[in-house]
Amino acid sequence: MTILLAAVLVLVALGGTAVVLTRDPVNQAIVASFYGLLLGLTFLILQAPDVGLSQITVGAVALPLMILLALAKVRRGSR
Amino acid sequence: MRPATRRRAFLAAAAVVGGLLVWGMGGLPPAGVYNGPYGLVLNQVAVPERHATNVVAAVTFDYRGIDTMGEEFILFAAVVGVAILLRTMRGEAEHEPEEEVRGRDVPGTSNAVRVAGLAMLGPIVLYGIYVVAHGHLTPGGGFQGGVVLATGALLVYLSGEYVTLRRVRPVNAVDRAEAAGAGAYVVIGLFGLVAGGSFLYNALPLGTTGELVSAGTILPINVAVGLEVAAGFVLLLSEFLEQTLVLGASGRTGP
Repeated sequence: MTILLAAVLVLVALGGTAVVLTRDPVNQAIVASFYGLLLGLTFLILQAPDVGLSQITVGAVALPLMILLALAKVRRGSR
Repeated sequence: MRPATRRRAFLAAAAVVGGLLVWGMGGLPPAGVYNGPYGLVLNQVAVPERHATNVVAAVTFDYRGIDTMGEEFILFAAVVGVAILLRTMRGEAEHEPEEEVRGRDVPGTSNAVRVAGLAMLGPIVLYGIYVVAHGHLTPGGGFQGGVVLATGALLVYLSGEYVTLRRVRPVNAVDRAEAAGAGAYVVIGLFGLVAGGSFLYNALPLGTTGELVSAGTILPINVAVGLEVAAGFVLLLSEFLEQTLVLGASGRTGP
């Protein structure tokens, strides 16, 4: 339990760093999605499956999708 | 600012924030130790009082149902805001979706993506309905299930063409579903007011603990929220896609 939590916390720290170090917005949206999945896993291990499910749907699906759609709109507008 | 100065400023700030975080987390109670009385009381009374095995749902959709109504309307207002910002502007004209225009060097959707998308569509929709309908029994509920349902529309877009999504998503129906979902929450609340004497009072029969139709108003509220969230996200998705793929400036100059 503690080992699992420690492992997933390290993964979250690495994931957060990876999001910051990814500079291209499109790639960043995908990395952020993966980071959202890791956070969801953390909540699951902390025995909060409701929050974990919300985190996965919002952090791993809805947020990156909105970023990608907004980017597509902005890029099209500037052409 | 030179990069070296910037890095030094960042490292100093990161050291301070990191130190504070470690100091603060050192004072937290160990994982699993809970000292508040409210949660312990709820764990004792939620199942006998509400027949909901998911205590989280009993809190969010019953004991503190009014908070969740506020959250639902935050999402509703956000979706309406996006729909207003992205409405068809003067000077914009509809043209053929770019995917349809011939001669544009866009790589077509591969057959693997199409097949995988279509194969996942049925299970995803079924799973979304399951998550919405079992919110009072197992983790999940209207918000999570609603987003899962909305990804079905995304799969249609990914595995087909935008035109297909437009056909399966009559915009008026989605608009109405979103409004109906938001309104139904208030109606269920008023029903509690009439039947039980207070807004959102759980006035429906509670049924047998653990069965699908049980826990009174929690299930209908979950269905209302699921409808609102799914329709809201489909609306967001299609507003953005409409802007990106179908609308374009037609000879408009200036900003």
